Amino acid sequence: MFGRHSDLPLKGDATSRFLPWLVALMVYLSAVSLAGVFVLNGLVRSWDHDVSGTLTVQVQPVPGEAGEALTDERVRQAVELMRRTPGVLAARPLDKKQILALLEPWLGNTDVVKDLPLPRLIDVTVDPDISMELLELADRLARSVPGATLDDHRIWLSRLINLSRTTEWVAIAILVLIGCVTSATVIYATRTSMAVNRSVIEVLHLIGAHDDYIARQFADRSFALGFSGGLIGLALAVPSLTAIGWAARRIEGGFLPSLSLPVTGWVMIAMLPVIAAALAMLTARLAVHATLARMP
Amino acid sequence: MRNNRRGEHIIRFDSVGLRYGLGPEVLRDISFALPSGSFHFLTGSSGAGKSSLMRLMYLGLRPTRGRVVLFDKDIAMTRRYELPALRRRIGVVFQDFRLLDHLSAMDNVALPLRVRGVKESEVRKHVPELLNWVGLSEQINAKPPTLSGGQKQRVAIARAVIGRPDLLLADEPTGNVDDHIAMRLLHLFEELNRLGTTVVIATHNQFLVDRFTQYPRLHIDRGTVVEGE
Ligand SMILES: Nc1ncnc2c1ncn2[C@@H]1O[C@H](COP(=O)(O)OP(=O)(O)OP(=O)(O)O)[C@@H](O)[C@H]1O
Ligand SMILES: [Mg+2]
Repeated sequence: MFGRHSDLPLKGDATSRFLPWLVALMVYLSAVSLAGVFVLNGLVRSWDHDVSGTLTVQVQPVPGEAGEALTDERVRQAVELMRRTPGVLAARPLDKKQILALLEPWLGNTDVVKDLPLPRLIDVTVDPDISMELLELADRLARSVPGATLDDHRIWLSRLINLSRTTEWVAIAILVLIGCVTSATVIYATRTSMAVNRSVIEVLHLIGAHDDYIARQFADRSFALGFSGGLIGLALAVPSLTAIGWAARRIEGGFLPSLSLPVTGWVMIAMLPVIAAALAMLTARLAVHATLARMP
Repeated sequence: MRNNRRGEHIIRFDSVGLRYGLGPEVLRDISFALPSGSFHFLTGSSGAGKSSLMRLMYLGLRPTRGRVVLFDKDIAMTRRYELPALRRRIGVVFQDFRLLDHLSAMDNVALPLRVRGVKESEVRKHVPELLNWVGLSEQINAKPPTLSGGQKQRVAIARAVIGRPDLLLADEPTGNVDDHIAMRLLHLFEELNRLGTTVVIATHNQFLVDRFTQYPRLHIDRGTVVEGE
């Protein structure tokens, strides 16, 4: 690729000297975005795992004489509603004995509370493969059954997951944008270089060179520039990411399950210079073909 | 390189006209045909349109009207990707040489071979031979800006003939050399012609035209071609 024959004086071409630096910056930004995507993805997956599987519905007891019966009715309604929800595999109200058993570790002797009106719990098993709109479900539950709530620790997590997903998409959009900017710059640099070398291109053309013979020379040059720029960008990104990872690990106290970049993340980041170079090569090639198509 | 079927026309013009942009018609109603294996001089006063006619022949320009048939292909009907194959059968000596200044004489002459993907060992064998033949064995690694006008011209000629073209178009190929070298170059063209190449030489050089009276002339007068004389 680098030692291939070239008839065009592209080596000393001043018009594309800025290109490696631009690609370096782009690869640096891509590496940071990509790391973000991977870390967020890891977080979301571990949270998702926590959230999926089971849900708990709490029904507040109704005080008063007829309270017990009314509470039973509400529990029945809530169970009914949960069972009708797609993705719910089972909804099972816990009886008083089970609830007391749950309280025992905290209260010790549960005799004290036996006669108190306790909130009722419904254990809901959900299909982990079906993504559920927990926020919407909580809302519906609260509206249809007074005093019923969906375990709100999970709802909070679900909100966080949503936020992470959005951020993930933003990061991916940034990557796409970086690709577009790089391509646009390569097109501009290639066109300029072609204009500078117009007479040489014309001679090659008249001698019977195929468009691809000419395009290949620009593409090779673009690859070399893109690759060297990509390596610079990578060389800058790796220490940055390592430093961020190191800082993050110090605050990692259970709340953030794992902030380290998985191996696939590192591999993808290591491939960025090649991807950038390939993009530069392809874009240059297409740009040259487009320009040559206008020659007689 | 390619077997020429004598008797057929290598190039044919039918009522061809050419104008540059919105300017006047520089060439008009040009109709002629060059038999395969022929040798022609193209004459005409300065500005008559010799280089323009050459440009039409080497596919550097498209005619604004009329029909150009080259190697039995109507150029107007030929697909873009087929043109390089036609161009490779044509060797051109441009009036202004069009050498690549950043390449050595060797690499300039090698261009047509490299463009065709000829093996590098072949290139290294044939190019020095030819440069030697045109008297430039000393200048093999020299870049065009350091060469004299006549030396550049000989590099340009070597580049035009290295691929043993079926059609050789030389625009004023002896403009910068003395009559002795001009004769030598003409003999090179004759040699190629004997091997089957159709040759067209545009020239002002009356000395040459007079020395080679056996060859027919295409004369451009007032924008149109008059054959014979
Ligand atoms: N690129 C161009 N754009 C506009 N007009 C042109 C162009 N090239 C040539 N002409 C015009 O076409 C006419 C013929 O020019 P051409 O170069 O073909 O003449 P020529 O016979 O080769 O002359 P010379 O013997 O001096 O080389 C001239 O009037 C010239 O001004
Ligand atoms: Mg001329």
